[in-house]
Amino acid sequence: MPQHGDTDPRSAVDKLIASDRVPANANTDQLTEADIWAILEDVKDPEVPAVSVVELGIVRAVHWDGKELSVDVTPTYSGCPATELIEELIEEALRAAGFRNVRINQVLTPAWTTDWITDEGKEKLRVFGIAPPQGSASKRSLLGDSEEITCPRCGSAHTERVSEFGSTACKALYRCKDCLEPFDYFKCI
Amino acid sequence: MTQKEALTEYLLRLADSDMILGQRLCELCGKAPALEEEMALMNVALDLVGQARNWYEYAAELIDDGRDADKLAFRRDAHDYRNLLLTEQPNEDYAVTMGRQFFYDTWHYFTLKSLVNASDERVAAIAAKALKEVTYHLRRSSEWVKRLGDGTEESHRRMQDAVDILWRFTGELITPDETDQLMAETGIGPDPEQLKEDWRGMVKEVLQEATLTPKPDDAWMYLGGKRGEHTEHLGFILAEMQFLQRAYPDATTW
Repeated sequence: MPQHGDTDPRSAVDKLIASDRVPANANTDQLTEADIWAILEDVKDPEVPAVSVVELGIVRAVHWDGKELSVDVTPTYSGCPATELIEELIEEALRAAGFRNVRINQVLTPAWTTDWITDEGKEKLRVFGIAPPQGSASKRSLLGDSEEITCPRCGSAHTERVSEFGSTACKALYRCKDCLEPFDYFKCI
Repeated sequence: MTQKEALTEYLLRLADSDMILGQRLCELCGKAPALEEEMALMNVALDLVGQARNWYEYAAELIDDGRDADKLAFRRDAHDYRNLLLTEQPNEDYAVTMGRQFFYDTWHYFTLKSLVNASDERVAAIAAKALKEVTYHLRRSSEWVKRLGDGTEESHRRMQDAVDILWRFTGELITPDETDQLMAETGIGPDPEQLKEDWRGMVKEVLQEATLTPKPDDAWMYLGGKRGEHTEHLGFILAEMQFLQRAYPDATTW
């Protein structure tokens, strides 16, 4: 709605539409793949907004030939309901930066594992209150003992698993026996 | 049967089994015995439906008659469904729910473990993704079988009953037909003998630890799911699952 004293002659609707448009002067010719990665660093995971899609390791590759931009994205879990939304958010961020010809490819190989999460991403998860995956995905045993998970709040290793599955498929539910706080653990896969 | 036809059939079996078991588990949404169990069941269902979609998408490309993954899932009737009979069995009590899951997860785990090395790259890629998820499914369901089997008198009795009720549907998991044989011969599907040995080995080990008694390997078994001959339960599942897509065919927005 126009505010009192607003001197912009365009109607509110026009302004709203204009704000959605790609800036006419956006010049993507000069942008490099490094710039594109920087743009993607600002795209957050909708379910874990503490980390970006780059830190999560789900953006596999970026190809920019000056005309067409293609981005390879891999899902974390086969049935992850956020996959499509993440692809839309990536496309939206790139279009907002001026790229007109954006293609998102879904790749399955090599399958995503928690080893793809960057160290910085793991630290951000911990600060956010989610225990990051501990150890390497490849070394986990099938029916072995559950891993020792450190509480993201007080740092105690005195924790217990409440459920193999937490609020999303990628997390398990734990409880700290020292500070008594329940917490999510980003499972190793 | 050409190799392409066999692969299409095989993909539909994988997809349909995942889809039907996923749908069965979703029936427990809002009525699982505990909140944590509900979350776990729904997560497992989500994994299965996601995997089903991957298999359906590949099958749809091979069939190439304009149908997509959604149409394969929601616009085929019971006689066209190729799911294992085990997956369509009702939830009953939690022992049956987890027993069904354990028998399926064990089959699923060893099948995927083999498919990871399939000569078909797309199959190998989908399987590699799914195997990581199914490893967690098997870990969880085997723990439940042990906990209930080696638990109280009541839980032991119920878990043993579940094994006895479900056993007749497990033969199908490890009885190969022409399609399974062809898939093994072309380096895509698991070796049927190996799959049988792995499945039986894991099931016996877990049941033993759970103080449960398996039925004999040569017990009478129901077969037929893989060729579209189902128990009376499948029609009801599809009636609920496909209602919306049947009532509003080709709708693009719900």
